[in-house]
Amino acid sequence: MTQPILDIRNLYKKYGSVEILKNINVSIEPGDFLVLVGPSGCGKSTLLNCIAGLEDISSGTIAIGGRDMTGVSPKDRDIAMVFQSYALYPTMSVAKNITFGMKVRGVDKAEQERKLAEVARQLQIEPLLNRKPGQLSGGQRQRVAMGRALVRDPKLFLFDEPLSNLDAKLRVEMRTEIKRLHHNLSASIVYVTHDQIEAMTLATKIVVMKGGVIQQIGTPSEIYNRPANMFVADFMGSPAMNLIPAKLRRNGTNAEIVIARPGSEPLVLKHAARFDSLASASEKDIVLGLRPEDISAASKAPAGAQEAHCHVEIVEPAGADTFVMIRLGGKEVTARLHADADVAPGSDAALAFDLDKASLFMPDTGLRAA
Amino acid sequence: MTDTAIRSTGQGNVTRLLLRAGLYILLIVFALYYLMPLYVMVVTSLKSLEEIRSGSLMALPREPSLAAWAKAWSGACTGIQCEGLQPYFWNSVLLAVPAVMISTLIGALNGYVFAQWRFRGADILFAGLLFGCFIPFQVVLLPMARVLGLMELAGTIPGLILVHVIYGIGFTTLFFRNYYVTIPQELVRAAKVDGAGFFRILFSIFLPLSAPIVVVTVIWQFTQIWNDFLFGVSFSQAGTQPVTVALNNIVNSTTGVKEYNVDMAAAIIAALPTLLVYVVAGKYFIRGLTAGSVKG
Repeated sequence: MTQPILDIRNLYKKYGSVEILKNINVSIEPGDFLVLVGPSGCGKSTLLNCIAGLEDISSGTIAIGGRDMTGVSPKDRDIAMVFQSYALYPTMSVAKNITFGMKVRGVDKAEQERKLAEVARQLQIEPLLNRKPGQLSGGQRQRVAMGRALVRDPKLFLFDEPLSNLDAKLRVEMRTEIKRLHHNLSASIVYVTHDQIEAMTLATKIVVMKGGVIQQIGTPSEIYNRPANMFVADFMGSPAMNLIPAKLRRNGTNAEIVIARPGSEPLVLKHAARFDSLASASEKDIVLGLRPEDISAASKAPAGAQEAHCHVEIVEPAGADTFVMIRLGGKEVTARLHADADVAPGSDAALAFDLDKASLFMPDTGLRAA
Repeated sequence: MTDTAIRSTGQGNVTRLLLRAGLYILLIVFALYYLMPLYVMVVTSLKSLEEIRSGSLMALPREPSLAAWAKAWSGACTGIQCEGLQPYFWNSVLLAVPAVMISTLIGALNGYVFAQWRFRGADILFAGLLFGCFIPFQVVLLPMARVLGLMELAGTIPGLILVHVIYGIGFTTLFFRNYYVTIPQELVRAAKVDGAGFFRILFSIFLPLSAPIVVVTVIWQFTQIWNDFLFGVSFSQAGTQPVTVALNNIVNSTTGVKEYNVDMAAAIIAALPTLLVYVVAGKYFIRGLTAGSVKG
């Protein structure tokens, strides 16, 4: 068993009597790419600043590389950080920006030059070395900011929403670049974002946070396929998971799910075998979580999916997919159909519901039931 | 149809031209109005006493001479001594230069702390410093005299420097603090992670960014300290008086005839350094004053 590169135990952070972070426990192995994701104000950036030592913690411990870092100043934590605003030193050239940390630490000149050249080559910023940050584009500044972190070769990299100031196209490019860097360097990274797509594409491990509390820790596929509660289910994935109020009951030996529909027969999904153990003779209120891709056109449905005719309210063609809105259990529900699906708003369409990857949540607590 | 249209635009042009001319005339009149005293001072300083008595105030000098300037600089009498402004001018330089430098440096350090290293009670302390800007000079005269006496600095130039530095800190801190709050806090955080400490961040990152606000502060402080009369007259003694006090003494000397040409030359000499600072750095002054308002 390898030693975790970052190990956070029972961490609390309070401002006065307000708890910003509550009982945070996270640890990552060397080479992990941990993404902290959540809506704004969930405490993810505060947690990152606590790891960096830029903010004090109220209780608990943070260990980096097996060494307890509680109370250790940022410069002695063997970390490097990339900031949202890039935070390049405006009066220094790109080269000076990158070597500033080494200069402060008294690394000798030849070594500084060697590492600068190496990083500049890696990030393809050699032609920019003599420019000032003000003369660079957003993407170039981003590269310089990463260069400043890379050159330090730290135990742990910290990224604070590094892509949120870039335009959409550049963001996708830089995302790939960061992924490639992680792959090539096998660096350990903690990365903060509010963008769930960034989280899914980059992470080896995701921490979903809300209100200073960790909602779920898992691999991207665990988070996506088995969300721990309705918040995670709703937050991760685009379009969001459909959360449909429904009833679970036992019909003979089989569980079935009943969804009310306005102005027509309720929709009954049988063969909900995965939920057999949960069902009882009496009806039980549950919330059915179905990803849009688990509702498809009946003609192209996977085996085992159950067909039903539904009234189509809105059709949104999106190039590769066509999204179809229907109404189930009083909620608007999105289905993801293939691009050339033959549906028209206001008509009925045959849709197939695949319960294989469905989640069930308790309506009162929001927690995952099955 | 087209005729009237052309005529009406022609009329429009004439009106616009007249308005523009009126504007220029108004501006020129105001400029002349403000320059008039300076003009009178300069021409008077170049005339002989004879010509001043006989000629018009506004007339150009018939035989321009720098004799009055020479006398003002090195021969005019302040009370019983007749050494001109020269020794007092150097007193003012010895007083103003260190006082400006020290108060600017302390202002930069204070502003940096208030803007980027927040601590408990910072707001109250800053409010207190601001309050210090608005305390009238007269209020502190007696307590200050007592303190200077206790420190054995009474009547010395270092004593005057101390007074001006203390009085200047409120303003210089305000200037630098307002300039530095526009600098994102992430810059300090990045430097901390890079391993830089408090002073390294100030000297390597903040001071190199500060040229516009340094210029503003230096102009402000230099003008204040050079032009100060009250502290100068209160806390100096024979031999350590600044130029403003000497000027007063020359003009108010009651022995012999009133030498208007010498008085005028002396007044211009006493005002020259502040004029010079404005001319050299004035461009940055306007730029620096507005720098805090627009980010970047």
